[in-house]
Amino acid sequence: MFAGYDFEVIQRSLPYLFREGMVFTLTLTAIAASGGIVFGTLLAMMRLSALKAVSMLAGGYVNLMRSVPLVLVIFWFFFLVPYLGGWIIGAKEPIRVGAFLSAAITFTMFEAAYYCEIMRAGIQSIARGQVWSGYALGLSYWQTMGHIVLPQAFRNMVPVLLTQTIILFQDTSLVYVISATDFLGAASKVANRDYRLVEMYTFVAVVYFVVSYSLSLLVKRLQDRIAVIR
Amino acid sequence: MKYNWHWQVLLETEPGGTGTYLHYLLVGLAWTLATALAAWVIALVLGALVGTVRTTTARWAVRLGNLYVEIFRNVPLIVQMFLWFFVVPELLPQALGDWIKQMPPPWGSYVPAVLCLAIFTSVRVAEQVRAGINSLPRGQRMAGTAMGLTQAQTYRHVILPQAFRIILPPLTSEFMNIIKNSSVALTIGLLELTGRARAMQEFSFRVFEAFTAATVIYLLTNLVVVLAMRALEKSVRVPGLIAAGGAPQAGH
Repeated sequence: MFAGYDFEVIQRSLPYLFREGMVFTLTLTAIAASGGIVFGTLLAMMRLSALKAVSMLAGGYVNLMRSVPLVLVIFWFFFLVPYLGGWIIGAKEPIRVGAFLSAAITFTMFEAAYYCEIMRAGIQSIARGQVWSGYALGLSYWQTMGHIVLPQAFRNMVPVLLTQTIILFQDTSLVYVISATDFLGAASKVANRDYRLVEMYTFVAVVYFVVSYSLSLLVKRLQDRIAVIR
Repeated sequence: MKYNWHWQVLLETEPGGTGTYLHYLLVGLAWTLATALAAWVIALVLGALVGTVRTTTARWAVRLGNLYVEIFRNVPLIVQMFLWFFVVPELLPQALGDWIKQMPPPWGSYVPAVLCLAIFTSVRVAEQVRAGINSLPRGQRMAGTAMGLTQAQTYRHVILPQAFRIILPPLTSEFMNIIKNSSVALTIGLLELTGRARAMQEFSFRVFEAFTAATVIYLLTNLVVVLAMRALEKSVRVPGLIAAGGAPQAGH
């Protein structure tokens, strides 16, 4: 079945694939995950706010992000970020923004909506009495959240947050549509240059599978361990 | 720094000459829906089969089901798209592969896109079906056995009718996901809604008009799906059972 296929092309391009491509993918995943979790948590707190306007604003943002395909969001930000940047620094022309920065902003903002829903469920899973006792001790809203609610919520949600991060790791491959050189982008450049699409795309699939599957096994083990403690 | 909106562009003729840009985008929506619906039908059937099999007592079938789920869950959708579009035709016998590659556009990208989305989504449906079946009290299954039903009959008459009604809400969000995910098909050349918004941006240089229009169309589509599914959920709700919303799921 594989007669006439040249698997040596993979070996030749390994340094490029991993040092350029995989580093891009992993950096993007790390930035978007940490940024997304921070913004997602803030959004979740906004959504649960007693102020109607604040919760509606956050809810609107989250629902908007969740109703639109990621590919379209990537396009949106790819063109929007230069304009916003120009507007912020008061330039006449849209500023130049590289694919990486654009992707980092896109994925942070997009994933924030998904992390928000996870954190919201986490915050809501904490017993009301915890909040009340915080206030009864004289803690402010931010102290109660920071010292009592969020640490517990975060811990409850660690497995789901990590699973979402694995999905994010896979989704970063969509930066292909703005021609960024992530792992898939790098492989696709080699594939098209040497006309070795079968070999390269099969290899990409195997690598993504191995990484995602091993990470998901780790998450499952973590989940079991956390479940035992309770 | 300001952007000059020019909404009239939607009523201008697109370069292909088939009509206005608005019409061009709406044809894109039609392709999005045609892709999503066809894939959804296959995904439901496959997902129901795999999900059910994974709850049975046949150990080899459970293993096979698990393997299927893990493979298609751990490879990014766009990579699966490329596998179906670039790789599968090469691995098939030459004549069949050539026939696939020579399919006239847009069918040459439509068929791989549907297959890819169907299998990708079937895994997620399978997970929901399995969760739905496992959420039923064990007594249901035992009662079936006690009444002398075979395993197949228990599934057919006792378990599945309840499970499907329970998992309707998560299936709704999977259906919305398949609509959104169909946009990835633009990478293999299918001009669905997002692909057409992108093309419109390239032809007319009206970036934000094109993307705003596509966004609004997606939002309206979502709204219609939500309302329709809410009506369906109401009409098939199992009396006395609270819908299995439960634990939050990671998704995209």
